[in-house]
Amino acid sequence: MPVQYYIFLSIALFCIGIMGVLMRRNAIIIFMCIELMLNAVNLLLVAFSKMWVDAGRIDAASAQLFVFFVMVVAAAEVSVGLAIIVMMYRNTHSVDINILSRLKN
Amino acid sequence: MGIEQIIFIVLSAIAIAAALGVILSKNPVNSVLCMITCFVAIAGHYIMLNAQFLFVVHLIVYTGAIMVLFLFVLMMMNLNAEIEPQKRNWLKYAGAISGGALLLVLVAALREASLPAIQTSSASDIGLISNLGKTLFTSYVVPFELSSVLFLSAMVGAVVIGKK
Repeated sequence: MPVQYYIFLSIALFCIGIMGVLMRRNAIIIFMCIELMLNAVNLLLVAFSKMWVDAGRIDAASAQLFVFFVMVVAAAEVSVGLAIIVMMYRNTHSVDINILSRLKN
Repeated sequence: MGIEQIIFIVLSAIAIAAALGVILSKNPVNSVLCMITCFVAIAGHYIMLNAQFLFVVHLIVYTGAIMVLFLFVLMMMNLNAEIEPQKRNWLKYAGAISGGALLLVLVAALREASLPAIQTSSASDIGLISNLGKTLFTSYVVPFELSSVLFLSAMVGAVVIGKK
């Protein structure tokens, strides 16, 4: 199977994530779309790892470890980000990101 | 067409449909459920690509922990479709068009790339936990320890932000 299939799938998921970030105003949905983009990149890294294993490279495990580290960073990011969103909801009783534009003054 | 390609097409269709459901559904709870479906489909791709350890970690960390955390926060805030903030229509179209333009550019740029193919029939043990563990604790010890510090700081940060 050509690796292009996986590239196109990852591009589609990444672009859907970008569309979600641009189209929605709910902070939690935007956050989930960021997770979706991270997952698209993870899938592409795993596909390339498999591709290099099949091509005879022996150090292809690094790509899977990169995916592991991306998951670690994503978990840390989600815990802090959701805490920030909860605090924002407590102060404004909304998760609309347009309310955050008040912060500029 | 082999069984691998059929599985690939089915999993990809589920993943893309669920991802579209995330950004198109009005109710945030439906978005989270679509996201869980999308993550399960991606986990299926991992096991098709001989990444068994990542399959398990992805299911546990993303589907089990992160999305449940999202669902928990949504339930705590009691959000529903009625109070969902809506963008103006032309902004939505602008977002969709710019995302579609990026999709078009990336596909056009990578369509002709010459890369080695994936042999789905050949099984390799590179994704097993012993192999990954050896690489992790020989070449990547410093990032591993740094990520533990990152986790500790994230935990402290979440507690401090949440306590106010």
